[in-house]
Amino acid sequence: MSIISLLGALPGSIAQGIIWGIMALGVYITYKVLDLADLTVDGSLCTGGAVAAMLIVNGMNPLLSLLFAFIAGMAAGFITGFIHTKMGIPAILAGILTQLALYSINMRIMGRATQALSVDEYNLIVSLRYINKSILIGLIFAVVIILVSYWFFGTELGSSIRATGSNLNMSRAQGINTDRTKIIGLVLSNGLVALAGGLYAMFQGNADINMGRGAIVIGLAAVIIGEVIFGKIFRNFALKLASIVIGSVIYYVVIAIVIQLGLSTTDLKLFSAVIVAVALSIPYLKNRYFSKGGSKNA
Amino acid sequence: MLEVRGISKTFNAGTINAKKALDQVSLTLNEGDFVTVIGGNGAGKSTLLNAVAGVFNVDEGQIMIDGVEVNRLSEHKRAKFLGRVFQDPMNGTAATMGIDENLALAYRRGKSRTLRWGIQAKEHKLYREMLKELGLGLEDRMTTRVGLLSGGQRQAITLLMATLQRPKLLLLDEHTAALDPKTAAKVLEITQKIVERDHLTTLMITHNMANAIEYGNRLIMMHEGKIIFDVSGEEKKGLQVEDLLHKFTELSGDSASDRMLLS
Repeated sequence: MSIISLLGALPGSIAQGIIWGIMALGVYITYKVLDLADLTVDGSLCTGGAVAAMLIVNGMNPLLSLLFAFIAGMAAGFITGFIHTKMGIPAILAGILTQLALYSINMRIMGRATQALSVDEYNLIVSLRYINKSILIGLIFAVVIILVSYWFFGTELGSSIRATGSNLNMSRAQGINTDRTKIIGLVLSNGLVALAGGLYAMFQGNADINMGRGAIVIGLAAVIIGEVIFGKIFRNFALKLASIVIGSVIYYVVIAIVIQLGLSTTDLKLFSAVIVAVALSIPYLKNRYFSKGGSKNA
Repeated sequence: MLEVRGISKTFNAGTINAKKALDQVSLTLNEGDFVTVIGGNGAGKSTLLNAVAGVFNVDEGQIMIDGVEVNRLSEHKRAKFLGRVFQDPMNGTAATMGIDENLALAYRRGKSRTLRWGIQAKEHKLYREMLKELGLGLEDRMTTRVGLLSGGQRQAITLLMATLQRPKLLLLDEHTAALDPKTAAKVLEITQKIVERDHLTTLMITHNMANAIEYGNRLIMMHEGKIIFDVSGEEKKGLQVEDLLHKFTELSGDSASDRMLLS
């Protein structure tokens, strides 16, 4: 392993980590705030990338294209929310259905499996070519999103979304329309995921039909890493959100290291899945095998 | 205040597990009535409360709250009329949110939830005073996550939440059953205080027959989805637990009821 080449790869990993950290913020809204496992993200990430890429190649300002990527993601989240709450389909299955449908829709949007997005031709706001600038832009996006999220989840409406994830029965008893709060959460979550997809398409120089595959796992990894490392010290909601972005950066730095250690890039998804499976199982295993007096749920 | 006319509910209708939980139940509560509800397991007590609260739709009959027919209103829409406390202390509060945040959620029951900040500055003072009245020392722990509190503390907070916006009807579903005797007594005491202070119309399910006699101005006994005994006023005050057991045997045709005592 070459330390030099690892150091050379690090800035790229950090930039990538920040962009995927924005996606992970979206995952956090569903997985942690709403307590729903939403698999729409694997599709909506690509939707965001596809929408941004197509708008850019058709002459739109790249920054403005992200707004439309955000809106497209929100639409995808709405579909999942609608079929979950109004048609009674379990959230996880609703997400899978939307994700599957999005494959066709993403192909329709792009007209092909990969849409190139050259930094030479377009004035992209992030790119592998300009890593330092990409890190800065990514950070600005992350900070703004974290601040807006902090505000939103502190409002009456945002509080009712948090309450929905915390206790569904209590929320209804207090007059919260839990169908509505779930839909809003899914809409915002997938909006952020698609926004990240748009950024990532610019960063890697193309939108690809498979770019979102396994996104949910990366999002979960970022959420869990952030929580494990900073959970005890970061109590404030904004800091918790920041820890997710940091978690995502750590994830990509670790990936860079294991690749330098000789792991094949095609083995990465296996590696990610194992990491997340282990991390997710820790609370359960702790409770089951290491707690005094046995399982709480016995 | 509450008018229930001939409501029925069968769970798992058409299957071998079909269970008629409510059978043509009618019940009228006047403003300020405090009614205790007793009956064995499966008598339909909780089903009655849940039918009123809109947890499910009834098969037939009509439910009116304060003159408004609520049959077609979903659970969250009926919430503006109702304060509810559940048997399980975990059920009434959001464990991951602070005491103040929980109260703020309840303070907005029946109102639209906007993009204004979730807790206004003036609310802190109000909540502090209300928590102080509980006498549990919670007023100094306003931002503590509710999940860290004991069952009794959580039920006391749920009671506050249920009554923060004065409900047309307070529904208490065995809200002290999961608590130890001392805590249960304390929560009942708080209940009585709030109900009297706000003159709340109340429907309280209890397994404790002494409590059922002691509290409220009216008592109803349920059995197999029907109200089999309904007593109020002086007659209710003079009841003994033995009288209730006797009544139960007489009216239900069931033998003196381990089912009632043990349930």
